[in-house]
Amino acid sequence: MSVGPILEACRAEGRAALIGYLPVGFPSVEGSIEAMKVLVDNGVDIVEIGVPYSDPVMDGPVIQDAAVRALEAGVHLGDIFSATRAVSDAGAGALVMTYWNPVLRYGVDRFAGDLAAAGGAGLITPDLIPDEAGDWTAAADANDLDKVFLVAPSSTPERLTKVTAACRGFVYATAVMGVTGARASVGEAAADLVARTRAATDLPVCVGVGVSTGDQAAEVGRYADGVIVGSALVRCLTEAPTPQEGLEALGALARELAEGVRRGRA
Amino acid sequence: MTQPSTTSSGVPAYGRFGGFGGRYVPEALIPALEQLEEVWRKAVVDPEFVGELERLQRTYTGRPSIITEVPRFAEHCGGARVILKREDLNHTGSHKINNVLGQALLTKRMGKTRVIAETGAGQHGVATATAAALLGLECVVYMGRKDTERQALNVARMRLLGATVVPVDNGSKTLKDAVNEAFRDWVANVATTHYVLGTVTGPHPFPEMVRDFHRVIGVEARQQVLDLVGRLPDAVLACVGGGSNAIGIFHRFIDDRSVRLIGFEAGGEGVASGRHAARFSAGQPGVLHGAFTYVMQDVDGQTVESHSVSAGLDYPSVGPEHAHLLESGRAEYRPVTDEEAMEAFSLLSRTEGILPAIESAHALAGAMKVGRELGPDAVLLVNLSGRGDKDVHTAAAWFGLIDEDGGTVLPATSEAADGATDDDGATGTGVQL
Repeated sequence: MSVGPILEACRAEGRAALIGYLPVGFPSVEGSIEAMKVLVDNGVDIVEIGVPYSDPVMDGPVIQDAAVRALEAGVHLGDIFSATRAVSDAGAGALVMTYWNPVLRYGVDRFAGDLAAAGGAGLITPDLIPDEAGDWTAAADANDLDKVFLVAPSSTPERLTKVTAACRGFVYATAVMGVTGARASVGEAAADLVARTRAATDLPVCVGVGVSTGDQAAEVGRYADGVIVGSALVRCLTEAPTPQEGLEALGALARELAEGVRRGRA
Repeated sequence: MTQPSTTSSGVPAYGRFGGFGGRYVPEALIPALEQLEEVWRKAVVDPEFVGELERLQRTYTGRPSIITEVPRFAEHCGGARVILKREDLNHTGSHKINNVLGQALLTKRMGKTRVIAETGAGQHGVATATAAALLGLECVVYMGRKDTERQALNVARMRLLGATVVPVDNGSKTLKDAVNEAFRDWVANVATTHYVLGTVTGPHPFPEMVRDFHRVIGVEARQQVLDLVGRLPDAVLACVGGGSNAIGIFHRFIDDRSVRLIGFEAGGEGVASGRHAARFSAGQPGVLHGAFTYVMQDVDGQTVESHSVSAGLDYPSVGPEHAHLLESGRAEYRPVTDEEAMEAFSLLSRTEGILPAIESAHALAGAMKVGRELGPDAVLLVNLSGRGDKDVHTAAAWFGLIDEDGGTVLPATSEAADGATDDDGATGTGVQL
């Protein structure tokens, strides 16, 4: 089921959606699923379920570290479907974020079929551009799945047109040139990228820009259709002395962020 | 003719060799790749660029590199004639300078002021640091922590040349992780920075562009062999890590259907051991570092760590054009173990007075096998892609000439005298003092 209706409902409420990223398998498969439920219980609208990958070139140290530890703990690609089912059953949108090789190895058609069967909304593909996505586009369309491609500050008007035309669900605006990670200031580049992206498409535009506080979520939520938070959430888990304290910190941050997107346009 | 990639500029589909290649990178890098391709394609038909590159090749690199026939070594290759293409004599000690000078000139043309590079053995890092010094560019080299330790001399060389060397502690702490770190830097700094990718993989246009900068190796060698022998070689042999020296010497021969093209991968401790970098023997098609090619991976598509005594071949993926040459049947690829490579290293050193890079020693070990298969009438052209100065520490440790602390291990005087009675050291069992 597409995340489109969730984003529409948020828009009707006069706010941006809150999209939270966590990798499956950290600290364990069960632990990560529990953490994703905590996100949903505390106001996250869409969970971005990360596939840990050995060579995550788009990710900064926090998410790299979690991915390495998840792989060392024995996470397998098949676990992504358990997490997807759990998030979907909890009532949130379940989008999987994955580098391309794990899907390729699993089989693109098979992956799409299994993802749809688990209640998944679709895929975010950080290292797959529409130009290379023929197989994925066909499989996604056959299984009624969202295709979320990325745009960046370096994207030209021609690329924005091409990439947004290939998206379904929303457009993922990576508003900082660089890897994932929390930033002290979210800056004006994000607003500019959202405006340029809106000139190319009517799809919702969600922004990943290193948001880590409710105030930042409010700021980005004023102009974006969705605020994407990753490293700050992951850090709640990786830096916690115990898993329980990690979940408490995670819930508190999710509540703060959810409150942020709700007052953004107030 | 099923081999479509036979011209210096032509690829069959956009950025593809057969089904391999492509551009599997974050969208943020696409404009930089488009700019690079545009500037490169204009440059290679611009007499000013071509003239400047040729001038640097002649007056700085020392091109054309010579060929050397090695008859004493060839006695151990079934009596076949063995001819080495001496890329080890290039400035900086390997073929890597060919590509780096081209990309450094393109960096200036793009108006960028900073270059970054990954390096395994350090050959590409040294070449990039050298070109950056020559052309006044800031230079940062990413190198796996494990490689900084086994190639300490090259780390010092890069720093003496003014480059910043950043040790990478992620993953396997080798070349693969250095490439990841370089991509991360590039995404963040793409406005000012060019990524001088050091081999024939990565997103289009790198595999094609890097190949064309190395193509001079085969162009020269083909004519040199014709002049020396009066005919084409029966086989052209090269080691294959990412595959730049191999494609450089292979490419001019692709249309010469009588010439076998044979690449040698790092077999490490043996393909059966799992500790190797034999992508074509034990890998599957997949995506790594921007290209669809052969990748060592597990059932979940996670990259498997490679192993080799040679840092430059210790890489779990390979250039996409090699994948295509394999699948089209035009080239063949075989593993060579650490042991076989070190035997060839010793043999060339002791029979010909040439210390090869351990990478290149894999091709020499290949020549010992192929020569025995083809017999004394055969002519083998081997790309000696680099010199072994950087490997002295590794080789000395391998052959027990130094202890764990780097101290010299010397035999008693009488043993040394006994050792000297060995005829020419060409027993293939290693070095004796």
